[in-house]
Amino acid sequence: MTHSEIIVLLRSRFGDAIGQWHDMSSDNAYQRQMGSYLDVTEPGVIQKLAFFLRDEKGLEFNNLILLSTLDNSDGSLSVVYHVESTQYQHELTFKVTLPRDNAKVPTVCTVWSHANWHEREAWDMMGIRFEGHPDHRRILLEEDYPGHPLRKDFREPDFYHGMKVPY
Amino acid sequence: MVEPRRLHTEEMVLNVGPQHPSTHGVLRLEVILDGELVVDVIPHIGYLHRCFEKHAEHMTYPQVIPYVDRMDYIAAMSGEHGYVTAVERMMNIEVPEKVEYIRVLFAELQRIASHSIAIGTYGLDAGAFTPFLYLFRDRETILEMFEKTCGARFLYNYMWIGGLSHDLHPDVLPMCREFVKQSRATHKEINNLLTFNHIFMERTAGIGVLDPQVAINGGASGPMLRACGVKWDVRKNDPYSIYDRFDFDVAVGSSEYATLGDSFNRHWVRMQEWEQSLNIIEQILEQYPINDTTDVQSAIPKRIKPDGEIYSRTETPRGELGFYIVGKGDVKPWRVKPRSPAFSNLSLLPLISRGYLIADLIVILGSIDIVLGEIDR
Repeated sequence: MTHSEIIVLLRSRFGDAIGQWHDMSSDNAYQRQMGSYLDVTEPGVIQKLAFFLRDEKGLEFNNLILLSTLDNSDGSLSVVYHVESTQYQHELTFKVTLPRDNAKVPTVCTVWSHANWHEREAWDMMGIRFEGHPDHRRILLEEDYPGHPLRKDFREPDFYHGMKVPY
Repeated sequence: MVEPRRLHTEEMVLNVGPQHPSTHGVLRLEVILDGELVVDVIPHIGYLHRCFEKHAEHMTYPQVIPYVDRMDYIAAMSGEHGYVTAVERMMNIEVPEKVEYIRVLFAELQRIASHSIAIGTYGLDAGAFTPFLYLFRDRETILEMFEKTCGARFLYNYMWIGGLSHDLHPDVLPMCREFVKQSRATHKEINNLLTFNHIFMERTAGIGVLDPQVAINGGASGPMLRACGVKWDVRKNDPYSIYDRFDFDVAVGSSEYATLGDSFNRHWVRMQEWEQSLNIIEQILEQYPINDTTDVQSAIPKRIKPDGEIYSRTETPRGELGFYIVGKGDVKPWRVKPRSPAFSNLSLLPLISRGYLIADLIVILGSIDIVLGEIDR
């Protein structure tokens, strides 16, 4: 399916929760570059949307390529999902934007188990809560690390466990 | 009839690593055992975390390349190739044909070098020492070619955005021809010594079986996915560089020798890929534009300030390496997020090692071929 067909299908099913489509692929020599993305305006709908994308006939996005996060530096954080269908060879990127002080989104690791570690990393680095995640711990940093380092306003602590932090 | 008395068993926790040769780096596994049976495995990662993503936000685009080298340090060329391709796609840069040939040549040589380590250390895990030495001898030739061309043996900073740091050294092509012959012989030798060795097959066949649907759902890629019989290779399915010009097969696991998706098939896919890489190298040697005197730095842009975002992916020896890059028209990237294949592959370890013996766990872990530098970034 082409992107426009997918978006029409999603709009008919999820209505206003599907936001703007940012098309970036117009003047590029590469056919399948993934630079375009879809805004999802309502975070609560993510899990239902993920199930729909995976299970709907004709879509079958069975592979979550990457789950990543962004700090937009305007008081909001984003979670970016890159999904693709290995059968139909189409892909889609969608983005959900969350307020920085209450960043919560339903987990998709019940849909794609690949999301499990990526969501843990997103919590670790960006401080986004994934509701319903079965193992919501930090993954790369230690359990008691103060703050979430990939946020743009993160400042390294002067002392950590009584030790001076160099640099 | 006398009913056998139920044996009382108790679970115990065993820590493997973070300093243990069979964990291939600084990985800690918390293994819950019932006797010798593995009940659960909890991987603890992050011992080699070097803040790649945070560093990248404070570097200019070309300065990120040496950091990418240090992610997957066993296959640094492939990592560079992935990163520079992503930035080039973002800026819509056309790279000279000669540069593309050199890049693919080096990426494929690197694949053989990386698989040599994977196969050799896998032999070590299973108790075979000799293949490791044979493979390191061959890998040395590849590193020599890299050294002659760019001066570095391990961490290269060779591929630059839009070009290369140095032109191909004149000795490399003849060396390469010799190497292909030598490597084909070694390939046969390793198949006899290791792959079809009865002890090795008994040790790996039917161990750590992964179902194809679970593999796709769990984000497996590279040899881990192809061992399940899924014909998925980014070089074929989403071609980048000039891979569409070469004729090669996507190696998949087969049920001829062992169960589809088990540890043996992951090793077998690597063996086949090694042969396919040699095929690609032979075709490059035929097609290489030897009289082309283009400067390999001619397409390097003066200003690298891309705007917008991209997800671009390449096939490294370990699987699909993707880069999600967001640029805001500045010299520094706003966000660089790698999709590291070993990270995704390792997350499937608990799933495929439950119910096997503790000795099998080491074999399963070895078959995934992890590089902790890439997992922890």
